[in-house]
Amino acid sequence: MMGKVKIIKPGFFTTVQDKGRFGFSKYGVPKSGAMDQLSFDMANSLLGNDQNAACIEWTMQPPVLQFSEPTAVSLTGAFTTAFLNGNTVEMCRRILVHPGDVLKMNYCKKGVYGYVGIKSGFLTPEVLNSRSFYTSITDQQLLKKNTEVPYASFDTFEKQFSSLSMNFSIDTSSLLRAYKGPEFGQLTGEQKKMLQNADFTISNTRNRMAIQLNERVLNNLSPIITAPVLPGTVQLTPSGQLIVLMRDSQTTGGYPRVLQLTDTAINSIAQKQTGQKLSFNVINF
Amino acid sequence: MKYELQYKPYSERAILIEWPSKIDENILQDLLLFKKSIEKKYDELIVEVISGYNSLLIYYASTINNLYDEFSALKSLYATGFNLENKKSTLWEIPVCYSTALAPDLETFCKNTSLTIDELIALHTAPLYKVYFIGFLPGFLYLGGLDEKLSLPRKTKPSLTVKKGSVAIGGNQTGIYPMESPGGWHVIGSCPLDFFDPTLSDPCFISPGDTIRFVSINEVEYNDISSKVMGGLYEVKSVFL
Repeated sequence: MMGKVKIIKPGFFTTVQDKGRFGFSKYGVPKSGAMDQLSFDMANSLLGNDQNAACIEWTMQPPVLQFSEPTAVSLTGAFTTAFLNGNTVEMCRRILVHPGDVLKMNYCKKGVYGYVGIKSGFLTPEVLNSRSFYTSITDQQLLKKNTEVPYASFDTFEKQFSSLSMNFSIDTSSLLRAYKGPEFGQLTGEQKKMLQNADFTISNTRNRMAIQLNERVLNNLSPIITAPVLPGTVQLTPSGQLIVLMRDSQTTGGYPRVLQLTDTAINSIAQKQTGQKLSFNVINF
Repeated sequence: MKYELQYKPYSERAILIEWPSKIDENILQDLLLFKKSIEKKYDELIVEVISGYNSLLIYYASTINNLYDEFSALKSLYATGFNLENKKSTLWEIPVCYSTALAPDLETFCKNTSLTIDELIALHTAPLYKVYFIGFLPGFLYLGGLDEKLSLPRKTKPSLTVKKGSVAIGGNQTGIYPMESPGGWHVIGSCPLDFFDPTLSDPCFISPGDTIRFVSINEVEYNDISSKVMGGLYEVKSVFL
């Protein structure tokens, strides 16, 4: 049976995400996909899902959801207190859901992106091999109030005795591992030292495309001939701004690429709130 | 073997290959052939290749086990040369309506470059533009070949919305916005075609290595082509070069 999750309240910036699009960068299509892929993976593992099953991703302010059919859900990522029909439910557990149940969560206490996994994944349309929302690719860009998100109902959980639970929290370390980017070598010794040692702050200019950092690294690097970039690429603009490209970033760019975050560090920076400090641990291959 | 390539690790699952740092059609040719041979060698579910003007980024679906093994595999692939047939390049005719009604920056652009609208049209429709790669937005073509007389620095303050189909110039580059987007280029015309269709497995009909020519159309033709495109009845004119 096909179930529907009704969006009673949409939250601040709520989308459907999976692992994103692979193989379409050559058409200029962003990779997209869950901002914190570690928490996303955990949401699916808890339910025994396919690793690419789509989850709802919320940002700071979670949505309020009502389920039409029996299923199980999981909550991972940004830390929140959650209630099913007013009763407290825990994060990182399998939570059984009955028809009509309402899931509410409070404004997040730690982190930025939260995930609601569901048995077998949410079933919004797949476009270019992915259900991840993106303007001009999927019809929907955000889950709006009263939208209904389809899923396949599942009600055989009751017969099972064991239930998987995990102790898992988001990565809160402030030291992010990064490789030297292709243009790192063009920096002066002093600029390199600053990148390797200084503290940087997450600015309020941050979204699924990119996170800007507050501190400036003054430089006179010339722009590069437009070249490929990836999520995790750290660009240095002529005005000295550092821009960390994230999951919805463009596929090419013209600013010097001074660092490249490791896969783990991308997940970690995604969960840092505006004003949080970080520094880079520049490593060799 | 024509170029001394640089192989650089980019991340735990990406390798960057760089050609000399310039915009050049011979480099493009060599780069696209290497790209094709990499795509032929690897499963498309394991590796995707992203190109820029003078570099390829080889992106792996999972962590690369041994970076240096991959380097030597790629190097020997380049060294053995490409026994691939050079795909025929297609020349596409792209209709553009250069009208002040559709192009908000046309008048100021002409004023700033001291050109009449007719002179601008003549200069913009004369060249055969080479498609280098697709980036910035889904379906946005990076073109080479703009006449220097049409070069004008980008707007100091980008426009919040540039309409879909806008044909624009920024610095020494020209391009077509495949969808509405913020943008800093000067809009000098409008093209009624769709450059990106996410419902197709091959969402762009134009490929890197192809050539395009702009053809000036009037507003009546523009509206006619628009409605044909909407109904799926318009076929873009093309010839093999």
